[in-house]
Amino acid sequence: MMNVNHERIILSHGNGGLMMHELIENIFIRHFDNKILREQTDAAILKMDSSTVAFTTDSFVVDPVFFPGGDIGKLAICGTVNDLSVSGAIPLYLSVSFILEEGFPLKDLEKIVLSMKREAQKAKVRIVTGDTKVVDRGKCDKLFINTAGIGTIRKENRPIGSGKRIRTGDKILINGNIGDHGIAVMSARESFNFSTTVVSDCASLNLLIQKILNNCSQVRFMRDPTRGGVATVLNELVRKGNFGIEIDEESLPVSEGVRGMCEILGFDPLYMANEGKVMIVAGARECDKVLSIMKGMKEGRQSAVIGEIVSDHPGKVVLKTITGGKRIIDSLTGEQLPRIC
Amino acid sequence: MKYVDEYRDRELIETVSQEIKKISKKNISVMEVCGGHTMAIHRFALNTMLPDTIRLLSGPGCPVCVSSQSFIDTAVEYSKISGMIIATYGDLIRVPGSHSSLEKEKSNGSDIRIIYSVLEGLEIARANPERTVIFPGIGFETTSPATAATVIKAKRENISNFFVLSAHKIMPPVMKALVEDGVRLNGFIAPGHVSAITGSVIYNDLASRYGLSVVISGFEPLDIMQSILMLVRQIEAAHPQVEIQYKRVVNKEGNKIAQELVNHVFRTCNDDWRGLGMITSSGLSLCDEFAEFNPKRHFRINVPETIEPKGCICGNILRGMKTPPDCKNFAKECTPMNPMGACMVSSEGTCATYYKYRN
Repeated sequence: MMNVNHERIILSHGNGGLMMHELIENIFIRHFDNKILREQTDAAILKMDSSTVAFTTDSFVVDPVFFPGGDIGKLAICGTVNDLSVSGAIPLYLSVSFILEEGFPLKDLEKIVLSMKREAQKAKVRIVTGDTKVVDRGKCDKLFINTAGIGTIRKENRPIGSGKRIRTGDKILINGNIGDHGIAVMSARESFNFSTTVVSDCASLNLLIQKILNNCSQVRFMRDPTRGGVATVLNELVRKGNFGIEIDEESLPVSEGVRGMCEILGFDPLYMANEGKVMIVAGARECDKVLSIMKGMKEGRQSAVIGEIVSDHPGKVVLKTITGGKRIIDSLTGEQLPRIC
Repeated sequence: MKYVDEYRDRELIETVSQEIKKISKKNISVMEVCGGHTMAIHRFALNTMLPDTIRLLSGPGCPVCVSSQSFIDTAVEYSKISGMIIATYGDLIRVPGSHSSLEKEKSNGSDIRIIYSVLEGLEIARANPERTVIFPGIGFETTSPATAATVIKAKRENISNFFVLSAHKIMPPVMKALVEDGVRLNGFIAPGHVSAITGSVIYNDLASRYGLSVVISGFEPLDIMQSILMLVRQIEAAHPQVEIQYKRVVNKEGNKIAQELVNHVFRTCNDDWRGLGMITSSGLSLCDEFAEFNPKRHFRINVPETIEPKGCICGNILRGMKTPPDCKNFAKECTPMNPMGACMVSSEGTCATYYKYRN
């Protein structure tokens, strides 16, 4: 534990002086420990074995900071690792910046940092640089975290993020139940007097994705359906070319807990956030191979083929409903709000 | 999922659809009063499984949609009072008033909080004794019992900084008003959750005096298809009556405890419905015993003159006289991103439903 007399973050933890130094040494360097970070230079000097790198950044402001299945720290690692991975890159190094609210309990900060350490180890990435700021009470909500990540990308995987390789007849796959993260976070909010067994799917997917990319050559596109859910990614995808998308409602993997909560609140799991899901478009001939690799890994046990790229209705995502009808799936407009009656 | 999957069985729905097609001879119009029914009909494309003889009309059963513009304007003005917290059900914050919305006021600095239950509003008041909390009470017989129970709790616990701006409404008067107003109908698909509270007896008048068929329906696709079949049978036999399809939840008398709560706290009043105007005895206001919870008693505000959006035909849509594609603004100037009328705001609004499930 920290060798300081404070139990909470105070403004001096961010003033560049002794207390900030102690905070960095005793929490961040201690837990994220690696050779590059220990140098404590203004910029991390990295060795990369490729002239082409992928680079991304994301900020995390989730409320509450602890939720079933994860916390803001785990999310900050997974989110950036996954953004690199779905672009076809191999994530290697991360930066982490904290904006801390005065009064935030140090033991909670350490818990979050330990969770980041665990997830970074699991995903085999190193945290090599960072920053800390402390703001007055009320100027931010507990803590915000920004992570940026850098990774290498092989030449053949560079077009994956663009979707330019997509062809009619390609299949759309997902690595498991959708909507878990959105429901888990919502049910953890204080004001929400529901308890569910749903836990966030928050997970780093780089090892799963690398295994697929190392064994398959027909991965046309990948994206992680986070905010706005699967429906939003499908709508972004369908705008990329002259094709339509057909999704089969019956094949969508949704847990009983998420279905139940969505039924009660009037939400649609297709629009609920995920933090450990990747949607993959693969050539029809390789679909079974991709599916079996996914199912063979922990993060993909519930994987399913959920639809395909079609030549009909270009620019539109159409859902075949369980009752045999068809309807258009649009992008989300505004927040999903619970119905009142 | 139990109690859901059984009522979404494709084969059973198809069987009911075939039976309806077999027996439906007369050209009829039936209205689904509730926005939840409108949603389910379009979500499961049930309208495509009916013969041409049956016309489905959407009614005024979305509580957000029927809240009058002046009600929104009033809530907006209250939100501007220093120290005020507006604790509201989510849908309401996006409904445009004459000049603003609660969402816009939130971005201007007003303290507007989305709650899932009116009891949360009371908790916010308890946790912030130096502040004032107003709950804009909207909804039909389904939400008014919870508001009533909360007001009673507030009184019992002497919480004096919690207020209810009531726009609660009741269902039967508006259904009668529509018929008296000339909307040509043969029957109603009546909302099952309303009758879970009120029982089926509230519609007896509609059958006996107005000659209309009423079937109280559940919300799953098979419930709705079965209700339509029951309506068609009644209408073909020219034998209008009130029937309960949603027997697993609804009985004749309803929930007596909930009814007593509502009767204790509220009294009926004439109320303003968006697009429909004043309807006699169609609203609920706090009765004298609970008048202390009416914010109008405590705060003085100037509500600017109501300006209805130009070209919006929400009123005719809420009466079932028009459908959203009849409106020149639909899916053009008026979209869920930029709603002109309330029917486009609420997820259960007729326009939002047509927009979401358009083909």
